[in-house]
Amino acid sequence: MIKATINKVEVEVPEGTTILEAAKKVHFSIPTLCHHPDLTPEGSCGICVVEVKGFPALRRACVTQVEKGWAIETNSARVRKARRELVELILSDHVAECLTCIKNGKCELQDVARDVGIREIGDYGSKRKKPVDTSSTAIVRDPNKCILCGRCLHVCSDIQTVNALTLDKRGFDTSISTTLNLGLGNSACVNCGQCTVFCPVGALYERSHTEEVWKALNNPDLHVVVQEAPAVRAQLGEEFGMEPGSLVSGKLHAGLRRMKFDAVFDTNFSADLTILEEGTEVVNAIKSGRKLPIITSCSPGWIKFMETFYPDLRGHISTAKSPQQMFGTLAKTYYPEIKGLDANKIVSVSVMPCTAKKFESERPEMKSSGYQDVDYVLTTRELARMMKEAGIDLKELPDEPADDPLGEYTGAATIFGATGGVMEAALRSAYFLVTGKELENLDILPVRGMQGVKEAVVPVDALNLKVAVAHGLGNARKLLDKVSAQLKDGGTSEYHFIEIMACPGGCVGGGGQPWGGTMARRARRGEALYAEDKSLPKRRSHENASVKRLYEKYLKEPNSEKAHHLLHTHYVRRSAFDGKPIQE
Amino acid sequence: MSDQVQQENHQCRCEEVKEEELYPKLAEIIAENRNKPENLIMVLHKAQNLFGYLPKRVQQEVAEGLDLSLSQVHGVISFYSFFSTSPKGRNSVKVCLGTACYVRGGQRALAKVKQELSVGVGETTEDRRYSLDVVRCIGACGLAPAMLVNDDVYGRVKTTKLMEILQKYE
Repeated sequence: MIKATINKVEVEVPEGTTILEAAKKVHFSIPTLCHHPDLTPEGSCGICVVEVKGFPALRRACVTQVEKGWAIETNSARVRKARRELVELILSDHVAECLTCIKNGKCELQDVARDVGIREIGDYGSKRKKPVDTSSTAIVRDPNKCILCGRCLHVCSDIQTVNALTLDKRGFDTSISTTLNLGLGNSACVNCGQCTVFCPVGALYERSHTEEVWKALNNPDLHVVVQEAPAVRAQLGEEFGMEPGSLVSGKLHAGLRRMKFDAVFDTNFSADLTILEEGTEVVNAIKSGRKLPIITSCSPGWIKFMETFYPDLRGHISTAKSPQQMFGTLAKTYYPEIKGLDANKIVSVSVMPCTAKKFESERPEMKSSGYQDVDYVLTTRELARMMKEAGIDLKELPDEPADDPLGEYTGAATIFGATGGVMEAALRSAYFLVTGKELENLDILPVRGMQGVKEAVVPVDALNLKVAVAHGLGNARKLLDKVSAQLKDGGTSEYHFIEIMACPGGCVGGGGQPWGGTMARRARRGEALYAEDKSLPKRRSHENASVKRLYEKYLKEPNSEKAHHLLHTHYVRRSAFDGKPIQE
Repeated sequence: MSDQVQQENHQCRCEEVKEEELYPKLAEIIAENRNKPENLIMVLHKAQNLFGYLPKRVQQEVAEGLDLSLSQVHGVISFYSFFSTSPKGRNSVKVCLGTACYVRGGQRALAKVKQELSVGVGETTEDRRYSLDVVRCIGACGLAPAMLVNDDVYGRVKTTKLMEILQKYE
């Protein structure tokens, strides 16, 4: 342990503790901008400077480790002056359109400017004017708001290992850019949106569909249906002042109904359906011994990553569409058929924790209904904005169920939103599909939690089913390199079934979720979903009565010809340079 | 004298080597550095010597060979002003804007070259005859304003004489 003083207050910390952490221990907060608890500190912004007695220059608190006997001042006149100057310099080249900025009220730069006491911004010379990058279907980049902290770069390269972003040029001309400055839409970007969650300012955000949805809702000729992903209910509450991890399933349905959606359904319904389609595929693969391991296909960020960096694994990816897309197809086929509606008049909206879902909905493969299966994808953040615009206080709403016939769901569906959830849900049903008996203990704990790669062996009759779960694309890469090597060596892998989610923590950590989603917060959201699972009367997807009815009336059985036509898809090979499909 | 030598050098290039024919040589350079991302700058140097600039395809092949993403390669190329992603002209024109040249009319000389050749700084004329750049001091302050064409230094350049000098370079 090391003893030092911070503003004359004694502090004792383990060796290797940074000044920032030590100060927190004695309740002094030091302003930061580039620092993020889930990234390696880099000290690029310099806002966290402090004075250490005996050192002529100021030190950056986030990257300086406390040493024995140091007398640290976090609040001297010199420190305050330096911080103000640094923030002023950032602001001098920042488009300060705070009132109209998407980050208004949630911007870390606003917070820091307020905390260090900026009252006016001196004249520091020229401002850069750079074009806004709107080349991507999912993410918008506004370099005029960027403060060059590098968080987006690090999450993209270190955590997700996608490397779509890069630093361009140097000195005053430096900017965060993409390969050959061609824009995110012409890069290897997989649309996971983690950059939008890590960005402290309004430089990276989702391409918004809110205006299109308002327009559809106001058109009396249209029948607007909505589905909400499992993960949305675990954090929409945060946007309305509720604790992280508050579950708002019932309030969410009530809120959407008050926004005048014609039918409020639930993606959880099609999550149960996905389990039956994907589970059947896994069971058939195990029985026939072909194309093992089967890897899940729910996460569109992961799918584009696979198409780009592991195209040879395409044969192993479940052909089942994601729950969003299964729902979208049924909303324009099965639903109008049994309700006597005109499919042409149906507008299908989804609320997702995800930016990649916007890309997925616009893929050319996603038109099995004869229309674009999902018309508009809203992120959790966009829905929160719309509800605020509509004057809906989510917190105070009653709990309401989703509508029939695409609204019923089981506990297995709701845990889709957390890492390991799809695996756990699939195992609950696969056990039944193989043995004809029900799995007694439904909590498969080894696949839960925030560890990057998780493995488990689940005995199913005589077979020991070996499964693995990875979340975050860097973790996925580790697992897939191992699987690829095994397949190359002997043609078989030790795993039967693998779940991969693009975002750390699974969908609860998605790129469309409320700003400020640290890993700790993601874990709490996941726990909320497991709590809902435990509270539901039905916890196995094959017990969902609405799904059973769908098979009886419409699809016949899992993996039937009709199911294949409507609920399954295929994958392409993509260029690692521009992310575009390569003709084979 | 040096003018003479330069001109002869350039006249030798009557047949331009086709870019396509340079790729096998690039492949050799990459093969020596396969999966060694730490050698990126050295490889880019060699590639630029070979091609004269770094076109997209060269960047892609270097990225693939060294196990890097194209964005990482792009970041390094855009950081160093030595690297160029557009083809350079047969003759490099560098106008000095160091302190002495600046006060003695370097800006006027630069403006004249820009106007006459219709190119901006860092650009190349359409016929690839000239590339224009700005340098900060070439140690010829006594001759300010100075201009460098390939390896030849010209001092006290007058805007009226500029084109006469440039015309000498084919």
